[in-house]
Amino acid sequence: MLDIDPRTSILDALRNHIGLTGTKKGCDHGQCGACTVLVNGRRINSCLTLAVMHDEDAITTIEGLGEPDHLSPLQAAFVRHDGFQCGYCTSGQICSATAMLDELQQGWPSHVSADLEAAPDPTDAEISERMSGNLCRCAAYPNIVDAIREVAGGGK
Amino acid sequence: MSSEFVMDAPDPRNLLDHMAQDLTGAPLDRPEGPLKVSGRATYAHEYRLGNCAYGVLVRATIAKGTLTALGDEAVRGLPGILGVFSDDRFLRNPAQGTADKAPVQGAQTIAYLGQPVALVVADSFEQARHAAQSLALRYAPDADGVFDPESDAANIERPDAKQRDQGDFDRAFADAHATVDSTYTTPAQNSAAMEPHASVAAWDGDRLTLWGGYQMLKYNRNELADSLGIDAENVRILAPYVGGGFGSKLGISPEAVAAAIAAREIGRPVKVAMSRQQVFEATMRRSETRQRVRLAADAQGRLTGIAHEYRVSNLPDESFSEPVGQATHFLYGGENRRIVHEIARVNRTCAGSMRAPGEAVGMLALENAMDELAEQLGIDPIELRKRNLPERHPEQDIPYSSRMLAQCLDEGARRFGWDKRSTKPGTTRDGEWLIGMGVSSAARKNITSQAEARVTLTTDGDAVVETDMTDIGTGTYAVLGQIAGDMLGLPRDRVRVMLGDTDLPPGPGSGGSWGASSSGSAVLEACAVLRRQLADRLGLVADGLVLRDGDIILDNRRIPLRDAMGAGPLEAVGIFKPGKTSQDYAQAAYGAFFAEVGVSSITGEVRVRRMLGTFAAGRILNAKTARSQCIGGMTFGIGAALTEELVHDLRDGHIVNHDLAEYHLPVNLDVPQIEVHFLEERDDQACPLQSKGIGELGISGAGAAITNAIAHATGARIRTYPATLDKLLAVME
Repeated sequence: MLDIDPRTSILDALRNHIGLTGTKKGCDHGQCGACTVLVNGRRINSCLTLAVMHDEDAITTIEGLGEPDHLSPLQAAFVRHDGFQCGYCTSGQICSATAMLDELQQGWPSHVSADLEAAPDPTDAEISERMSGNLCRCAAYPNIVDAIREVAGGGK
Repeated sequence: MSSEFVMDAPDPRNLLDHMAQDLTGAPLDRPEGPLKVSGRATYAHEYRLGNCAYGVLVRATIAKGTLTALGDEAVRGLPGILGVFSDDRFLRNPAQGTADKAPVQGAQTIAYLGQPVALVVADSFEQARHAAQSLALRYAPDADGVFDPESDAANIERPDAKQRDQGDFDRAFADAHATVDSTYTTPAQNSAAMEPHASVAAWDGDRLTLWGGYQMLKYNRNELADSLGIDAENVRILAPYVGGGFGSKLGISPEAVAAAIAAREIGRPVKVAMSRQQVFEATMRRSETRQRVRLAADAQGRLTGIAHEYRVSNLPDESFSEPVGQATHFLYGGENRRIVHEIARVNRTCAGSMRAPGEAVGMLALENAMDELAEQLGIDPIELRKRNLPERHPEQDIPYSSRMLAQCLDEGARRFGWDKRSTKPGTTRDGEWLIGMGVSSAARKNITSQAEARVTLTTDGDAVVETDMTDIGTGTYAVLGQIAGDMLGLPRDRVRVMLGDTDLPPGPGSGGSWGASSSGSAVLEACAVLRRQLADRLGLVADGLVLRDGDIILDNRRIPLRDAMGAGPLEAVGIFKPGKTSQDYAQAAYGAFFAEVGVSSITGEVRVRRMLGTFAAGRILNAKTARSQCIGGMTFGIGAALTEELVHDLRDGHIVNHDLAEYHLPVNLDVPQIEVHFLEERDDQACPLQSKGIGELGISGAGAAITNAIAHATGARIRTYPATLDKLLAVME
């Protein structure tokens, strides 16, 4: 049980109280995606929601997806494809991509889907569109797309 | 022992090409990658110290004047509040890169809106933030603020050393067969590194330890000590991981000094992270520019004259001014040359270095003007550029070091399919989209800087590389390990690289694209000493020493390196210093950018469909990280061309769009699968690695390829960056 100030966001609870600093603060306003975590499997900006609103929720952070010597397939693909440089947006990118692949699997359409009824393919355009809420100033975008495509088993 | 290498003459030894391990240049993964992708790499704000307090900076809400009271009466009694700090040591703005001393100080004198004037410290971040927002600051405002660099009230400086007047430009322009006279503007920009500036300060007696997001620790240590009025010997800065910099973390910035002052006062460690809005307002911006470019050419398109006259801005008492004409000095020929460099003093956020200061914005104008000339003369833009590559530096009359610009243009053209480009603008359509192709040269001045590194061969026969050099995403951990591994014949995983700690030998820091060449040369020198020491130990000649896979290879046998280390570890410090080759040769890295855009004939929206860069920057140290650097630079080019613009309110100079929702960085879908190709090159004049800087090359000219493509697509040229849809709609038919 965590006893914290009701003004504390999930992001600050993780970083300042629980000691899980893998989740990053880039803007604190839901504009950059660096703080993306999974709440009950769904990706959210953890800076935009208060910890007290998530009693009993299952929150997965980057630390929960893999460890340095036991990486998740996406984490390993990010290393292989150099899907990051400074590494600060990376936790958010990978958490976001993890949930995004689920959304694809479940057939959610996106802004670039030509057919809202058909099961979407993990094309570069679909991946890029669905990852556009995660900013990367080093601009590893093409490498991020390569990494995700490889894991999604998609073709260019 | 230590050994110094001064770059006074070309170094044709090409040492790395004679090693047996074949690591340097290989597209190896970053060794710190697993830590970064699993959230275990620790950035400045993330060090957990016992009893740490949280500080939140408070911004001035007037543009110029004096702070007369903090108005903290209501705040001081709140639970958990530990103090409100504001004093003469506070920084007005960050130090400029390599300043090595404190910038302008003092919280009372306000020079721009958003200047940090106080720090509120509390037990929790939430309470500190609440109190910071509750201060009732009181001021005596000044009425003489200047907010517009084009205003008549602005003090305009024209430093002699930054002007150039060669031959008779006016005459050349009057006599020319063809001329271009165009004025371009580029807006102020922000580096917008993903990690906001942050520091954790902790004192142990008189000794200060600071964990900070910084690029140049050797300088930052002196800047921090000078700001606090203490001895630099008593300051240690750690920055093993930095969440991007792009110039914005070159100099010590306000949060570090405020955290140190507060930590000392309350006797507890203090953490301060800037909010994203504070990063926009109170760190550094790239200056806006107004640039008039005039070209004079003969009928074949050969330049007879070139003039680049520009105005940039900065706060009073700042030494830095965007060197817009930097590439214009050396890129193209023409004997009559004029460069006019004006600085307007304004009350706006401090201007400083952002990725490729000078070239990043200067080449937008120069490379657009070259296309305007090509269009006018009916000459292919690539051909026009190739006709204007001078034999020697057109102003200094010195030879170039390696320069493969023409080859980059040709190779890029071939790969991009330039021959499919229509010669007439505005004639290719794809449904509602007007399609165009554009090209631009890439050029970035090559600079090196003094660097030291210590390399130790341990008794296990492994190597440890140590320097206070930083890796801000640039690949330092990767490339220094590759160089040491090559020189010592060790697989990459037997070399450990330790960075970002001022207790280690001083490196040059990350800036000016000089880090890899300078620090890498220091590592090379240290390893060369170790090879000699090892050879001595074995009674061999160092030159003939073959080291591979952790073994010493003799005629018919292999001795594990470990076996030679029984007598104890070997250690050497390598020192690299720039020398005469910096003055004797015009050094730059080169390349070419190609872009294909679609412009919606209905909305004016621009999409970059394809983008390709070819680059020659001497030896490429790691093909994977170098490619990533170039992709990153080209994406900055996309932002500069299409979306990025800091908007200043002309009434008080404040930055209107001070967050990532309103300042538009390129997002994933804005960036195509960019192609990057390197041409094989060695530059003996640059450094002993034969490498040149690459971190800024990818932005230097990139945006111009996009705006040239827009002009080709639409027949309309936007000279006011960025080329947003409102501007395009106004000029498209």
